[in-house]
Amino acid sequence: MGKRYYQEDMETASYDLMYRIQTERLAKTVKHAYDHVAPYRAKMKAKGVEPGDIKSPEDLKKLPFLSKDDLRDEYPYGYLAKPLSDCVRIQSTSGTTGKRVVAFYTQADIDLWDECCARAIVAVGGTNEDVVHVSYGYGLFTGGPGLNGGSHKVGSLTLPMSSGNTDRQIQFMTDLGSTILCCTPSYAAFLAENINNAGLRDQIKLKAGIFGAEAWSEEMRRDIERNLGIRAYDIYGLTEISGPGVSFECEEQTGMHVNEDHFIAEIIDPETEEVLPLGSKGELVFSCITKEAFPLLRYRTRDICVLTRDACSCGRTLVKMHKPMGRSDDMLIIRGVNVFPSQIETVLLGQGYPANYQIIVDRVNYTDTFEVQVEMTTEMFSDEVKKVAQREKDLLTALKSMLGISPKVTLVSPRTIARSEGKAVRVIDKRKI
Amino acid sequence: MTIDQISVFVENKPGRLAGITELLSGANVDIRALSIADTADFGILRIIVNEPVVALEALKAAGIAVSVTQVLAVAIEDVPGSLAKALRILSDAGVSVEYAYAFITRNADVAYVIFRVEDTERATEIFAEHGIKTASPQEVYDI
Repeated sequence: MGKRYYQEDMETASYDLMYRIQTERLAKTVKHAYDHVAPYRAKMKAKGVEPGDIKSPEDLKKLPFLSKDDLRDEYPYGYLAKPLSDCVRIQSTSGTTGKRVVAFYTQADIDLWDECCARAIVAVGGTNEDVVHVSYGYGLFTGGPGLNGGSHKVGSLTLPMSSGNTDRQIQFMTDLGSTILCCTPSYAAFLAENINNAGLRDQIKLKAGIFGAEAWSEEMRRDIERNLGIRAYDIYGLTEISGPGVSFECEEQTGMHVNEDHFIAEIIDPETEEVLPLGSKGELVFSCITKEAFPLLRYRTRDICVLTRDACSCGRTLVKMHKPMGRSDDMLIIRGVNVFPSQIETVLLGQGYPANYQIIVDRVNYTDTFEVQVEMTTEMFSDEVKKVAQREKDLLTALKSMLGISPKVTLVSPRTIARSEGKAVRVIDKRKI
Repeated sequence: MTIDQISVFVENKPGRLAGITELLSGANVDIRALSIADTADFGILRIIVNEPVVALEALKAAGIAVSVTQVLAVAIEDVPGSLAKALRILSDAGVSVEYAYAFITRNADVAYVIFRVEDTERATEIFAEHGIKTASPQEVYDI
């Protein structure tokens, strides 16, 4: 049995100690943001708040909120709080044109992010004896780099597999004896199916998995655990705040501990923006209190969830967030990729189709299916099959390039997409998560 | 001489074709010939009717995606080899056929072939040179 914690002093800090740490770090970060991030300074001024007004975590509620739109409006450097010469990395959200958000990191920011991921790995039993198999995508997506960095900090042997090429994944897993798998839950389920179909279950040494970047159910967790003979843990994060490891699950598997010495979590009513007490369901908001390059304060995640601070059997005192239960905006997360209906609308109009469409998302065998139904019009119709097929293909290419994933496009009869109260139902999400 | 063929977008869903033909029947339109091209995702219904204008209006009014295509109707002898002969004539002249469909009539001696070709004018000339008459719209609509 290895270490139970990666940074025990922080992970098991008393409430008073954590409060003092948060107070000090918050004040410092607010001043840093005010001094170096012009758009945030303007927001604070507009709200009549000065850095000196923020004396404790309770004062957070005086600060203005930030949204993805704010970041997009100031793309790319508006919320950068350090000279570029101090930055060593960027990462970016999975959204594409018009929705892209670029986050900057100093070396210290990378270190704290890696440490957060290291905590997650140690929490699932990871040590320097482990072989950590990272099948999250590497690149702009934070999944691969985050867990990779965490694994290095723990001293585990890190396999930077990235996503895809399932045969090779399984071969490395068996040949090199991977013990901890990090990927999206749907890919874990897919790997499990392939491993079992190939009859290789007794040749893998996996003991645990850290699965995040998309919503998954308890039922799916049990299935993956049973099919791989492992314990499966959730992890949460977002690029704007750092990446995976903002919160992580422990052996109790009843929610994710927020690394609150780095990120202060609040739950607000998404409509009134009023802060809600622990235990209430609302929108999750994070404030970074240690970051240098991209110190976002009161960033609205749009994830709906609950925070609780009950004693945990793992000994960690960090506040727990429950699995997000939905979104307060219209963003869909499909196969780990952020998709906004407005992006699809933009493509349709650009290709000459009417902006009347329907997105149908479902989950079959733990993999998201994604269909876009588009109404055919007399203008887009042709007697020639190849012309219609070519237009359909062009649409698919444009959608893929905009979204980063390929939907199935179905052409339907004009005026057949269901409308309720004059307003079309744009999204049908049949996934039961 | 070309005739009007109405092409209709048909979503791949049970009942779509029934709905379209019911609509035509409601407009008192008689279908002379019909062909369906299908792909994995959708179908295209191609019809020759007695009243193309009426049919077109009825389909458009119902919000159905339609288009009108000029096709050639050729009356050939209903005996083995006639179609092959017609196709050979086009082929020898280098006119390619996009699609074709045929139907017989109550007149036992004659069959009609509907041709959609790349170059309709050229095909008409070629047929005329070989003594094959392309049918007039009224001749086909009134069958």
